[in-house]
Amino acid sequence: MQFGVFSVSDITRDPVSGTTPSEAERIDAIVKIAVKAEEVGLDVFAIGEHHNPPFFSSSPTTLLAHIAALTERLIVTTATTLITTNDPVRLAEEYAMLQHLSKGRMDLMLGRGNTAPVYPWFGQDIRQGLPLALENYNLLHRLWREDVVDWEGEFRTPLQGFTSTPRPLDDTPPFVWHGSIRTPEIAEQAAFYGNGFFANHIFWPSSHSKRLIDFYRRRFEHYGHGTQAQAVVGLGGQAYIAKRSQDAVKEFRPYFDEAPVYGNGPSMEEFTKGTPLTVGSPQEVIDKTLTFQETFGDYQRQLFLLDHAGMPLGMVLDQLELLGGEVVPVLRKELAARRDPGAAEAPTHASLVAAKYGDAPARQPRPNANRGDNVTGGSPYQDGDAQAEYPSLG
Amino acid sequence: MNAEAAQPYRLVVVSGGTSDPSSTRMLADRIADRVASLAEARDEKVAVSVIDLRELANEIATALVSQLMGPKMTRAIELLGAADAIVASAPVYKAAPSGLFSSFFHVLDNDLLIAKPVVLAATAGTARHALVVDEQMRSLFAYLRTMTVPTSVFAATEDWNSRELGERIDRAAVELLLLVESGFAEKVRTESWKSYQHEYGSAGGTELDIDLSTDLMRLATGGSAAPRRKP
Repeated sequence: MQFGVFSVSDITRDPVSGTTPSEAERIDAIVKIAVKAEEVGLDVFAIGEHHNPPFFSSSPTTLLAHIAALTERLIVTTATTLITTNDPVRLAEEYAMLQHLSKGRMDLMLGRGNTAPVYPWFGQDIRQGLPLALENYNLLHRLWREDVVDWEGEFRTPLQGFTSTPRPLDDTPPFVWHGSIRTPEIAEQAAFYGNGFFANHIFWPSSHSKRLIDFYRRRFEHYGHGTQAQAVVGLGGQAYIAKRSQDAVKEFRPYFDEAPVYGNGPSMEEFTKGTPLTVGSPQEVIDKTLTFQETFGDYQRQLFLLDHAGMPLGMVLDQLELLGGEVVPVLRKELAARRDPGAAEAPTHASLVAAKYGDAPARQPRPNANRGDNVTGGSPYQDGDAQAEYPSLG
Repeated sequence: MNAEAAQPYRLVVVSGGTSDPSSTRMLADRIADRVASLAEARDEKVAVSVIDLRELANEIATALVSQLMGPKMTRAIELLGAADAIVASAPVYKAAPSGLFSSFFHVLDNDLLIAKPVVLAATAGTARHALVVDEQMRSLFAYLRTMTVPTSVFAATEDWNSRELGERIDRAAVELLLLVESGFAEKVRTESWKSYQHEYGSAGGTELDIDLSTDLMRLATGGSAAPRRKP
């Protein structure tokens, strides 16, 4: 079971001090938050992707590579990477590079985002959002698994004899999570490929997220990747923690009340009652998080949203201390005790390499010499026998 | 009637009235009572539930600006989802059904009320608002694809003691009861539910069918959405 934090990358005015951090300050802060996450014993740091103010995370792999260089154990990932407006060829390249630099301490979560105007900025049409997401992943999947790809789809130019470089680390593709709130096609795609499925689990009651997760588990089994208990499930969640419950309520309320998305809407009390949010003592966060396991069954990754709504860096770092120091150790113990021995472990690069190669050494692709034409053609790697299929006149 | 008629018809009253007593609620109650007594005369039973939107005001506002449905909204949605017939009654403010009334129906899933028989009613301080039911409320309920009865019930201050209001209430009640008896809503839902647009988890969280044979599902599983043209 992995625990971590996920950030939207919002740059929001602190409603208590009245100041808005600069982009430079917030970017520095997010690096400190990620490093702190490892320091307090968390496993995962995830960043969102946005291409408009007031967000900073337009270039997640650059940020994550930097964080990976500053840490030793932390898995860096996304929440989410836009599989709609990014060219899957660029995603294949950038995330494979991140995988090499982080020595496999990464994965990624694919999503469609929540910003309608982003589509035309990248030449896409929001009405095609879902087919784009599905087709783009089909291509990304192949680019990481086949040295030479011939491909033709509806949304981007065809590829002929294309090799995405670098090849994944140890020729083992990064683990992929598909994030979705209410789209069965995304859950089906995750199940078809045996990938992970992540429910954002912030705005709705757990019962809402459970429907698609249960569907994903059934389909995962249907496609022969393992039992329903072996499906790979991740959940979001949200907490504000203080030693004393009443302090948590007092400290968090101004941030809740003016939070982007749900601020100025439901009361904090309504929201904590109706959604996975906890505002309270470490024990209260533990109790609520344990109900997730009761609702969804054993799962592999729990991410908390801690750093949004203008909370100043010091406050976020205190939250991390409490989460890593008092909440997660108890959750690890409790969840391990309850865990079905048949449930899947959280996927890591090491586990994927072991699954692919057993005790044998991993493949290390070495390219053939440059032929001078900058076209990889049939067989770009010394150990490969892949052949491109070029159209012929005949 | 057949054996199933032993089960009472579930009539849900939605009232946008805000005072107590409210004339909007009273109008709705008169219609509901009339439906019940007509039914009784035909050896049928009607169980009436009431949703007073005044009590849901906070939750309706919350639902409009966030995606959170509070417990009272959730209960109201359950009642409407199971309803055999609806009486929807709104006060007219500024020449329109009240914002509270309209907002309540705006946050419901598009497919929650498909084919359900509905009596539309409104109250106002002047007869000049008489067309609000036909020109504004009817279009909202058409969007929701309800089966609104032909007679609209409108009551301005001067109508309350008039015999004609009683007659209109009677007419609307008969129309509602006949539509309920015909089983139209149930038949549409049994025979044609899939032909309406749904989202996963819509119809108040009851629409959970997943069609695995669609183009998109083919695309999700590595195939192609559109049949490829032969070169």
